[in-house]
Amino acid sequence: MLIRRPPDIRPSEITPPQVYAERRRLLAGALGLAAAALPVARLRAEPTGTVLASRPNPAYTLAERANSWEDITTYNNYYEFGTDKSSPAANAGSLRTRPWTVTVSGAAEVTGSYALEDLLKPHALEDRIYRLRCVEAWSMVVPWVGVPLGEVLKRFRPTAQAKFVQFTTLNDPRQMPGQRYSVLDWPYAEGLRIDEAMHPLAILAVGLYGRVLPNQNGAPLRLVVPWKYGFKSIKAIVRVHFTERMPPTSWNLAAPREYGFYANVNPEVDHPRWSQKTERHIGAGLFEPRRPTLPFNGYAAQVAGLYSGLDLRRNF
Amino acid sequence: MAGSTLGANPVDEITDTLGKWGLRLLLLTLAITPLRQLTDWPHWQRFRRMLGLFAFFYVALHFAMYLAVDQSFAWSVLWEDVSKRPWVTLGFAALVLLVPLAVTSTRGWMRRLGRRWQRLHYAVYVATALGCWHYYWQVKLDVRSPLLYVAAFALLMGWRLWRRAARRQVAPPAPGNPVRGPAAGLRPAAILPKLRLPRAADSQ
Repeated sequence: MLIRRPPDIRPSEITPPQVYAERRRLLAGALGLAAAALPVARLRAEPTGTVLASRPNPAYTLAERANSWEDITTYNNYYEFGTDKSSPAANAGSLRTRPWTVTVSGAAEVTGSYALEDLLKPHALEDRIYRLRCVEAWSMVVPWVGVPLGEVLKRFRPTAQAKFVQFTTLNDPRQMPGQRYSVLDWPYAEGLRIDEAMHPLAILAVGLYGRVLPNQNGAPLRLVVPWKYGFKSIKAIVRVHFTERMPPTSWNLAAPREYGFYANVNPEVDHPRWSQKTERHIGAGLFEPRRPTLPFNGYAAQVAGLYSGLDLRRNF
Repeated sequence: MAGSTLGANPVDEITDTLGKWGLRLLLLTLAITPLRQLTDWPHWQRFRRMLGLFAFFYVALHFAMYLAVDQSFAWSVLWEDVSKRPWVTLGFAALVLLVPLAVTSTRGWMRRLGRRWQRLHYAVYVATALGCWHYYWQVKLDVRSPLLYVAAFALLMGWRLWRRAARRQVAPPAPGNPVRGPAAGLRPAAILPKLRLPRAADSQ
């Protein structure tokens, strides 16, 4: 008996002769397209933004390699834009950084409100490479562009009553959506003792990798105090106030047992909930071990003298 | 490729994700019984053991990530963290509590332990509570996310408490009246709309 089975291959499935003739070229093209879609190595973001006229200051450089632009600009603690590390990069676009006014007030002979450009005009921008150590026990190496804080403050001639300097961040929930939720008492406030503020290591930063500071890194003006935990390095500064009394600071108000005024990097003094003996260096790779924390974040030679006689455990 | 990387701190990212999923899976495991009771569909139960074991797997990996990759097997650090930092103590206790539950998850053990099996496995309530507390206490300042987990846990436990209270409330039937069974009128399935779910026979 003949059992007729329909042919397995339908005529419509037969490859057209033109395609068959060009098959090698078509395959090569498809492979090329696929290869272009997949990055061979992880594509890292390159520095972007206006280039600043800055010069490297060779006194402030490190043997360690600076962290990548991508790491520095996508891993941020900036609760004004959300409490996740990725939130500031995603949300900081709403901040208008020009025009920007900084108000100087308090115990000083010269006070007033200044446009950012006027505040910085007399000073030469420097490239400085600093270690940054977060209280959460991770660290980076950041190539800042800035000016020495002390040089700026001296122009306002603080009086003998000026024992401390207080800094305040912008308070505008319309521009800073994280401020709609009072995880911290807004505006963010920080402060330094006057001798800490006058120390040559402390800078006001306006740039990163030779370019204008991205919003998520504290644009347009931020403090960098590299021997202290990162939360002392206040961002988006609008007010500088000379005062006689130790000023209240945001993290100390939020959790006084965990965050102090001085916040000097100190492997001997643990955070109540985690150890400060070691730190994870960002960008080091998944299996690289943690590194030992350095006293004063490696700046002990320059700043330890500021604290001689001070009990650093009680004044954490 | 943007969005598909682990970010600048992959160690923390992986550890946190494993912990969060461990806790979510525990909560999912605890949701099985209420789902079964709400919908009168018994087949949810089939997934409970698998979910529970997955939860244990993720919690164990979370701990392994911390010990092996973050701390590079620094046993002194583990000892210090578990003994000096209460939130780590709680997390470690939760892990330890889940171990016997994972071991006795098999049918063989259910047979061997009989009624005691159920009593042992009530420890999953404690382990989940400890997990939520561990997460809440670990967070730096923004407690919104851990509070969501606490709320979910409270909901799942509240359901159980409600059922228990409802069962106790019914008075014994008067002589001559038909016996309706404990809390028949208060049964959730009677109050809430019933979901039309396929029976085993339907799925041919």
